[in-house]
Amino acid sequence: MLNINIEKQLGQLQLKVNTQLPLQGVTAVFGRSGAGKTSLVNLLGGLTTPDKGEISLGDTLLFRHKTVNLPPEKRRIGYVFQEARLFPHYSVKGNLTYGMRHKAPELFDKVVSLLGIEKLLSRYPSTLSGGEKQRVAIGRALLTSPQMLLMDEPLASLDLPRKRELLPYLQTLAQELKLPIIYVSHSLDEILQLADHMLVLHQGQIIAQGPLTDVWNSEQMRPWVPLQELSSLICARIADSHPDYPMTRLVMDDGNQLWVSGLSPQNHKQVKVRIQANHVSVCTAEPKRSSIRNVLKGKIKELYPSDNGEQVQLKIALGNDELWANITLWACDELQLVAGKEIYAQIKGVTMTQMDIAQSH
Amino acid sequence: MLSDFILSGSLFSEPLLSEYETAALLLSLKVSAVAVLASLPLGILCAWLLARVEFHGKAIFDSLLHLPLVLPPVVVGYLLLISMGRQGIIGQWLYNWFGLSFSFSWRGAALAAAVVSFPLMVRAIRQSFETVDIRLEQAARTLGSSRWRVFLTITLPLTSPGIVSGMIIAFARSLGEFGSTITFVSNIPGETRTIPLAMYSFIETPGAEYEAMRLCIISIVIALASLLASQWLTKKALKRTASVC
Repeated sequence: MLNINIEKQLGQLQLKVNTQLPLQGVTAVFGRSGAGKTSLVNLLGGLTTPDKGEISLGDTLLFRHKTVNLPPEKRRIGYVFQEARLFPHYSVKGNLTYGMRHKAPELFDKVVSLLGIEKLLSRYPSTLSGGEKQRVAIGRALLTSPQMLLMDEPLASLDLPRKRELLPYLQTLAQELKLPIIYVSHSLDEILQLADHMLVLHQGQIIAQGPLTDVWNSEQMRPWVPLQELSSLICARIADSHPDYPMTRLVMDDGNQLWVSGLSPQNHKQVKVRIQANHVSVCTAEPKRSSIRNVLKGKIKELYPSDNGEQVQLKIALGNDELWANITLWACDELQLVAGKEIYAQIKGVTMTQMDIAQSH
Repeated sequence: MLSDFILSGSLFSEPLLSEYETAALLLSLKVSAVAVLASLPLGILCAWLLARVEFHGKAIFDSLLHLPLVLPPVVVGYLLLISMGRQGIIGQWLYNWFGLSFSFSWRGAALAAAVVSFPLMVRAIRQSFETVDIRLEQAARTLGSSRWRVFLTITLPLTSPGIVSGMIIAFARSLGEFGSTITFVSNIPGETRTIPLAMYSFIETPGAEYEAMRLCIISIVIALASLLASQWLTKKALKRTASVC
């Protein structure tokens, strides 16, 4: 476990974090800019010092107020910054090997091929594209054989094509390496694709934390995403594909089925599917002869009227999974929706794209 | 050797430079080179302190360091004489313990040149330290490098354009040093008579205008050459380090 119990005054912001994070998989640190995300990872990496408290990584005490403060070079924590921060006077190879404690040609070759930077080795950073620089920076951090990797919005400084280019590398990384990663981001797209756990920071405080789907679907998240972007994460298993149409059938824990397009049917893999609340409609009776392929039987758990009073967000229980639906107040009144009522949720299959489906690991 | 080449003057039947000109030139080069090289480590340290460390009395330290730049050179020479001379407070001690004497020797001329050119060197290096991106140093720390290794592998190489230009400015300033040299170590042919001092002697001598003019031209040629070398070296160093990543 990574134990954090620290306080730090940063100008107006009082960062106060007391938590334990798992030492496996990717933990996303989510929050608006100015919430203290970067400050938190800087404290973990030893670049800044807490005012008081304690940080320990597994059995290693990294910081204890007034007694222990391991310098960054002794923490064995890799750090990938928002800007690549490559050393301009070293070649790519020089940058990669800068932090290697001893020669390890096998590890070097593995990391280089994992990141696809074989052809860049003799070049200098000034000749690389943004995405290439960031890949080298990631490789450089990995080659120090860290016990944990901090990534501070590694995609934020890149344009969309570069983001798309780098994301698969990060996915492979998260799966291939048994290395805990703390991933700072304000992009839910990235978090969906990469993270297993999630921690939400607001004004220096943790407001939610836990497994990704739990936090994603929780009420605490609702105020932090714009109404138009409210969504739920559903866990499902790939079952089979349609014999005649390019659609894949996913089966949820409670037996409900979900048809999605553009997914290669891999054997029984677990996936996470993001469903926008705006794409979900509800019926009180089972709809017949509808164009909508996905009709999920569930029960209303709770109703949350939006701040402007025009819409209502329904939380629908589907077995253990939860689904947000965003409907008008008028529809809600007419259908006499109340908590506990059984309903059918409809989701248009075409609204779910590749970006909404992520593999669970 | 250089002196043989200059004396033989392969391009001309006459030697290109006369014997005393060669002596003054070589002495000037030696004094300036020693002054620059010997003061470089201290210069880097002072520049680093000024650029990176906040401490009490920094303003006073900064002012003291710049003092030789604004003091009349004769005052610097006089201060050196009373502190570093054979009878001086520090000079006496150095002579007794190490047998090191600055009085009436080329070492004294080098010391005077070093003191006078020191502020110029520190200014150039300090500016360069200030432009080094601290975030790169942080990144190096997270890669397992100690402060000292970060300084040697990241900070110093990225400062090299400033170090080069600081050395050349200090070298050029040392070549031209006159007032403090003549005050501290006098004007001894072959020992402390550098080009400016030799030129001064000729100007003082009636009918030696031609010799004075020749030294004047030599001075201009060296000064120009070092400025050109400075530009070339800085450009070369910048090419390696300038790109922002």
